[in-house]
Amino acid sequence: MVTIAEPGTKAASRFRYILDRRETLGAIFVAPAILYVLLLVGGPFLLAVYYSISAYTIYDPSWRFVGLVNFAQVIQNPVFLKTLGNTFLFTFGSQLLGLILGKFGAFLLMRPFAGRKIVRALIILPWAVPIALAAVAWEWMFDSLYSVINWSMIALGIIDRSDAPNWLGNPHLAMLCVIIVNAWRFFPFAIVIFLAGITSIPQDIIDAATVDGAGFWRRNYQIVLPLILPIVAVGLIFGIVFTFTDLSIVYLLTNGGPINATSVLAFQGFQVGIVSGDVSHGAAISLFMLPVLLVVVIIVLRFIRRREV
Amino acid sequence: MQRIVTRVAGEAGFYLAIAFFVVVTTFPFYWMLITSFKTNPDLYDVTNIPFWFNEAPTLEHFRYLFEQTLFARWLLNSLVIGLCVVAITLIAALPAGYSLARMTGRNGEALGIGIFLTYLVPPTLLFLPLSRIIANLGLQNSMWSLVLVYPTFTIPFCTWLLMGFFKALPPEIEEAAIVDGCSLFGAFVRMVIPLSLPAILTTVIFTFTLTLQEFVYALTFVSSSAQKPITLGVATDLVRGDIFFWGEIMAGALIASVPVAIAYNLLLDRFITGITGGAVK
Repeated sequence: MVTIAEPGTKAASRFRYILDRRETLGAIFVAPAILYVLLLVGGPFLLAVYYSISAYTIYDPSWRFVGLVNFAQVIQNPVFLKTLGNTFLFTFGSQLLGLILGKFGAFLLMRPFAGRKIVRALIILPWAVPIALAAVAWEWMFDSLYSVINWSMIALGIIDRSDAPNWLGNPHLAMLCVIIVNAWRFFPFAIVIFLAGITSIPQDIIDAATVDGAGFWRRNYQIVLPLILPIVAVGLIFGIVFTFTDLSIVYLLTNGGPINATSVLAFQGFQVGIVSGDVSHGAAISLFMLPVLLVVVIIVLRFIRRREV
Repeated sequence: MQRIVTRVAGEAGFYLAIAFFVVVTTFPFYWMLITSFKTNPDLYDVTNIPFWFNEAPTLEHFRYLFEQTLFARWLLNSLVIGLCVVAITLIAALPAGYSLARMTGRNGEALGIGIFLTYLVPPTLLFLPLSRIIANLGLQNSMWSLVLVYPTFTIPFCTWLLMGFFKALPPEIEEAAIVDGCSLFGAFVRMVIPLSLPAILTTVIFTFTLTLQEFVYALTFVSSSAQKPITLGVATDLVRGDIFFWGEIMAGALIASVPVAIAYNLLLDRFITGITGGAVK
């Protein structure tokens, strides 16, 4: 570019000088994203913490500080204790089921066969489609009267019409249902993650191990699994965090019922904080999710640091 | 002979297992499809075989959906929300992703991880304070509240994704442009962005699908029917009184699901590269 001394370009060149400095430009480039996140994630997060130690409700928006009273009241509530247990059962039950199905599915899809692309496209559906819509379809499948699952079991002679299960109306079955639906939604993601990990391993490592006499299981558990662990860990973290804090499946399938049998932390926080307008107690309930999230985050950070060394 | 039998049995087992997986994942969608085309007398008769049409299929549920409900309005709302969120996200995430990809040393790494971690802060921890903030801004019951809030998860997500893509782009490209007289900013606009268009397109489509999949914020902030996005409208608004109209609900769910399913399948590989890019490299 030829520079001609004109008043206009002088200002431009000063501007350009700023834009040419790597650190300055780098800072300007990240600023909007950081600001947005600080204002609408960081700020609200601190606000949530403050709500939980105040007496704030939507009817009485006082900022009166009450200390840990809300937490003490929440812990004494038997419904909350039930909710806490449900949350762990829901999370780990569905993650375990999802991981097993995911590993098995990935194992099947590793082998080339005719129509593999189509099969993969179909298997990915539960994870791709908005979960609220899929949950409504499941609700219809679990219908107390017109359940297609019950119809099939009756037709196969497994059960009798008179004692057909009411899937979402029975406390134990309802829990099983929300776990199954969540595992169903999560396992295609697990398959994809496992596959991505396995295909990222150079074939010569596997070949070398085979030449050295490693059998199928040994190759699988001593070579493949450690190599894909970072990717699987990332996937698992996503799964745990999004399940532990999920509300949509429970809200749509069972609405926490019957008699709080499927109530989870996020759902309880919603009921108390939004539906009843008791913001401070709702915030206290939601914040019980934090320790688990922190543990998960610390594990991730450890992972990343160890990889660097 | 023995070996052939074992082989055939193995093959059969393999395809049976594949079939099992396909049935498990697709049956609820098949169920949506068939329900949405069945007449009501066909649907609500326990003696009918539910897997196929016992009476002639009908378009009645779709007609009802578009003529008697706010379905078309919800589609439009979702489109507007999605496009606005995509615009906001790109403005913030494109430069941030590039900057973090090129930032060397501890600071860049720490910021990148920080952005990734904010993606893990769940909506159910933030919906209470955000609902108060939205009420104070006068945005309660308006779809614009979602335009404001959705970037809180799309920006971190897309920054992470774009960071992975930009890392794969050799820095020599910008250096060459700078040698040729471009400013650093000019190199970004004229070289980096055009070269990353496929990655940017992936990001745009994924941002859009994220806004369609979101449910918790929509449920919390928007309660008037005319302002709802499609996912929320279909899941909560098609129940009249206490009665579920499954034909209409399934028809609505089907229409809203199809574009997301197609988008995911087309871009899956690129998405996986992006999301694991930070983890493997």
